[in-house]
Amino acid sequence: MENIKLHYDVIKDDFSCAGEASGKIKKTLKGLGLDSALVRNVAIAVYEGEINMVIHAEGGCIDAEISPDTITVVLKDVGPGIKDVQLAMQEGYSTAPENVRALGFGAGMGLPNIKKYSDEMNIETEVGVGTTITLKFNI
Amino acid sequence: MDKNIFHSVRMDREKCVGCMNCIKRCPTEAIRVRNGKAKIIKEKCIDCGKCISVCPHHAKYAERDRLQNIINYKYNIALPAPSLYGQFNNLGNIDYVLAGLIDMGFDEVYEVSHAAEIVSKLTREMIAKNNTGKPLISSACPAVCRLIRVCYPSLLEQLVDINAPMEIAALAARRDAAEKTGLSPNEIGIFFITPCPAKITAAKNPITLDGPIIDGAIAISDIYPVLLQQMNRLAKSGEEIPELKRSGKSGVGWATSGGESAALFEENYIAADGIENVKAILDEIEDGKLNNVKFIELNSCTCGCVGGVLTVENPFVAKRRLHHLTHYMPITAEKYTKDDEEKDGDILRWQKIPEPANIMRLADNFKDAMRIMNEINELEKELPKLDCGTCGAPSCKALAEDIVRLFAEKRECIFLTRDKYKESHEPQAEMFMDNLPASFQASKEETK
Repeated sequence: MENIKLHYDVIKDDFSCAGEASGKIKKTLKGLGLDSALVRNVAIAVYEGEINMVIHAEGGCIDAEISPDTITVVLKDVGPGIKDVQLAMQEGYSTAPENVRALGFGAGMGLPNIKKYSDEMNIETEVGVGTTITLKFNI
Repeated sequence: MDKNIFHSVRMDREKCVGCMNCIKRCPTEAIRVRNGKAKIIKEKCIDCGKCISVCPHHAKYAERDRLQNIINYKYNIALPAPSLYGQFNNLGNIDYVLAGLIDMGFDEVYEVSHAAEIVSKLTREMIAKNNTGKPLISSACPAVCRLIRVCYPSLLEQLVDINAPMEIAALAARRDAAEKTGLSPNEIGIFFITPCPAKITAAKNPITLDGPIIDGAIAISDIYPVLLQQMNRLAKSGEEIPELKRSGKSGVGWATSGGESAALFEENYIAADGIENVKAILDEIEDGKLNNVKFIELNSCTCGCVGGVLTVENPFVAKRRLHHLTHYMPITAEKYTKDDEEKDGDILRWQKIPEPANIMRLADNFKDAMRIMNEINELEKELPKLDCGTCGAPSCKALAEDIVRLFAEKRECIFLTRDKYKESHEPQAEMFMDNLPASFQASKEETK
């Protein structure tokens, strides 16, 4: 059985396209007939990750791989990295600039929500280089 | 699955020329053109009526009942949808519409807008009690309920589980009339005056009630000329018009988008109308982006029910008229008491939970679905990504899915067929290409 692989590029500051990758992943999962609660969890987590890349990073890409028992999503960006991961994981902590908050983003719930809605979350980050978040969802 | 269920939206094969208009606009991609004629995939159709409004050949229509059917019953009640009131120019008093309906042969009228006020009251209570951290979604538009069932099953739990105004009106009207006349319930004819096919389907084949609740659905557009005549006659005759109306501004307001929300006295709501906008909002809800909103009102038609495909007036014009009509009306005409609510107990709430339709999934088991998905993704790479619709499917992706599931063949893609033809008939291909319209010749140079 061949795993399903999906790849999407995410562009810095492109709010009009933000959500396209998570939307397409969601559509694929619905097509596979997965439980609607699981589909919703993946959609929420990936959307938050995608928005984070648009706001904070210089751009990046999202790779999703669906196997018979797991959905793995890797969100990899080139950007400033996260200085203090523990702090960033706190609800309400945000470094989003004012113009982004004016759009309704940057409430400091991004990373906490990603963790809440995924089964496994791993963050690799280096200041000035970039961040890679790997998410796993059990089917 | 739902193969044999009632659908109001139908096809007239004689009139269909097999064009692309309906396949491209159907919100659930439920239509294909096969052998030169459109075909509706029943399991996917949500009866929104979009195809009826976009078909230039009038090949789609809504199956509905005729006014003459009232002769089959001993006592007849008309249930006018509030959108009916927006169809008349300079209407100052709803009683003219209601009296006109009586003159047409109905024994009684029961305003759907009156039942709408009951729904508003119950919804206000639900919002106050809701502690799920997610917004409640209106269940009043049956096309939206069916869209959720087909494409957004995870949101079914957020639907307001109160019967739609038309349903409460139908159940209450039959009960009250049986009490009043002593007739048995099946001797009473309940006729809904409808703005759209979705409500016809909902009344005849409900997904939240155990069985059909009306005896007929008459299109506003069918009743309009006769009703207008009766209303004009009444106005000229100088006869005293009986006071029949039982609803105020908050109930009549349901006819337009935002009206249902306005009756909730809760500012934290979103009201979206037009099926594409509805889909965009449902995606946002699903992605958890609107959890801070209390209530979401969704109407499949532009401007709400006044935009229904079975109305006669332009929705924006009807909206302005209703605004004018309701300006001096009281918020509500009849107080709904605790006693009333107790009496109505069993007609207010859903009798059953709607089941997810799951038509989005490619196969019953996950492994088959994965295999099919991989095949679709591979095949999609071969297709031209033009989404032209010439093959009869709404997009290249839809065609890829149809091919993998053996509902269509590769050769139906005119571009794949062209390339194949060129390979096998080099000299003739030159001639063939020269005679093609410009858009097909675009890649001529590169293929030489």
